[in-house]
Amino acid sequence: MKSIETKQEYLDYVDKKSPNSPILKNCFNAFWVGGLICSIGQIIFDFCAFKGLDQTSCSTVVSIVLIGIAALLTGLNIFNKIGKFAGAGSLVPITGFANSIVSPAIEYKSEGYVMGVGGKMFTVAGPVLVFGISASVIVGIIATFFV
Amino acid sequence: MRKIGKQTIALDNAPYIVETSSIVGPKEAEGPLAKYFDQCLEDEFWGEKTWEKAESKIIKENVNSVVAKSGIPSSNIDYCFAGDLLNQCISSSFGLRETNIPFFGIFGACSTFVEGMSLGSLFIDGGAASNVLCATSSHFCSAEKQFRFPLELGNQRPPSSQWTVTGSGAAILSNTNYGKSCPQITYTTPGKIVDMGVKDANNMGAAMAPAALDTLITHLQDTGRKPSFYDAIITGDLGYIGKDILTELAETKGYNIKNNYNDCGVLIFDKDTQDTHSGGSGCGCIGSVFSGYFYQMLKEHKINRLLLIATGALMNSTSSQQGESIPGIAHAVAIENLE
Amino acid sequence: MDFFQSIDWMQLLRCFVVGGLICIIGQILIDKTKLTSARILVIFVTTGVILGGLGIYQYLIDFAGCGATVPLLGFGANLAKGAIQEVQTSGLLGAFIGGVKASAGGIAAAIFFGYIASLIAKPKIKKQ
Repeated sequence: MKSIETKQEYLDYVDKKSPNSPILKNCFNAFWVGGLICSIGQIIFDFCAFKGLDQTSCSTVVSIVLIGIAALLTGLNIFNKIGKFAGAGSLVPITGFANSIVSPAIEYKSEGYVMGVGGKMFTVAGPVLVFGISASVIVGIIATFFV
Repeated sequence: MRKIGKQTIALDNAPYIVETSSIVGPKEAEGPLAKYFDQCLEDEFWGEKTWEKAESKIIKENVNSVVAKSGIPSSNIDYCFAGDLLNQCISSSFGLRETNIPFFGIFGACSTFVEGMSLGSLFIDGGAASNVLCATSSHFCSAEKQFRFPLELGNQRPPSSQWTVTGSGAAILSNTNYGKSCPQITYTTPGKIVDMGVKDANNMGAAMAPAALDTLITHLQDTGRKPSFYDAIITGDLGYIGKDILTELAETKGYNIKNNYNDCGVLIFDKDTQDTHSGGSGCGCIGSVFSGYFYQMLKEHKINRLLLIATGALMNSTSSQQGESIPGIAHAVAIENLE
Repeated sequence: MDFFQSIDWMQLLRCFVVGGLICIIGQILIDKTKLTSARILVIFVTTGVILGGLGIYQYLIDFAGCGATVPLLGFGANLAKGAIQEVQTSGLLGAFIGGVKASAGGIAAAIFFGYIASLIAKPKIKKQ
């Protein structure tokens, strides 16, 4: 091996040295766990529809129930194990959003309920709401030109 | 004492390491070095309400333990050098606020343990102190909370990431051996800050390896020693990736350290069964592994010449978010059985 | 009629596959880039808003049901859809009301359950 002198040579060398994530295995796990979570949502949706709720309410119930389950599993210290196994499979569905709100809430409990739980709850998920809601406002403003 | 070469200090009245003590958490207690530690905890809270309080308790109890083991009254300990990873080093200052020993809080990230030993030995060799206490601690949970994400977040750790050790190491340096055979600190090589542009906070070993290389080579040049002079060259904590990089880089510079080199982050966990990816890290890693394992090896004369190089990644979560690269540092001390 | 007999199994299969595929995209982002999970969630929700705003995402929802609505893309699309609908009934004001109104249930649930969980649960170490 030749001697490394520049930063760029070193960074290239480090890239070569660092192991890659087992991407195929990770994708497979993400696929079936993510698919399963969506399917659970679908069954809840169908059940609500079966009970006579309208489409919008069904979707809302699905969100609330999945978020509730994710919050419960986070509190029971189970969600991080699922997340470690499934990666994006549990992160990308709404469960990941719920987990990213509940986990700092639990973690920062030691700093009190107001500035700890209340203040830190959105440290991970806050950007999702900031960008999601801001983008939706822009979409709405653009939409006014077409109404 | 006198400066030799570029940056090494030769300690003429080489201070003795008269006693060490180590405390580790439950995960470390499942690792291959478990039997060498003085105390293994059963849970990470250790009866406290927060991770930070638990870490303070770990360093406090460990300092109490090393003082008790040494038999030196704490009023005879002149100064204390201690540090940890938390903001403003609160674990050390909160943990040691009741010790009544003059206190220097130091920060060198994971290099703190050797930084403390270097400074302590200079105090002793210079005649400013008879007994000096050095201690460090780290805690997986408080470090994750401060540097990464909440513990309950369902994220995946990349294969290059390292696992912060829950634990503490403490050592008492002295100008006398109290009639016992003790290893001595003969040289100290304070390191330079080296930044090769690595930005990935999940690949600390790669960020710190160039600093370790710089200190290693400087030490060998300054002292005129060869790598084979040492029975063991130990870094802490480059982990598997950093260890591999350092070995290869040293070879390209003409230093073969393959036979006697190892890393505390590699030694403390069993990679296959404990799922710690690239190995252990944190001030408590080299602290506890030296205080537990290597000190015993030195005492039993299984190792007689040890070069201990502690490496630190001098970043915080703000610098990472601002896209800064990670400056690395490495401090070395040569520890030898002279008698 | 029994609920289980009413389940459309083909619909469920489409939901499973589409939901899984969206997660694979996320996994590739995690493994191939250095993006943190927060950034990935932001990318998904923003993409969802854009696709929803353009009206494209509705086709996927029609095809895959919850396979499209449960991933965060669907959360984003729902924000956009709500904003557009509200604009149609109450004009420019609707742009500010519609998005959050449409996803109020999910947001309130996450905050409420998060608070409840913090009351009950204690932080714990990951075993691995």
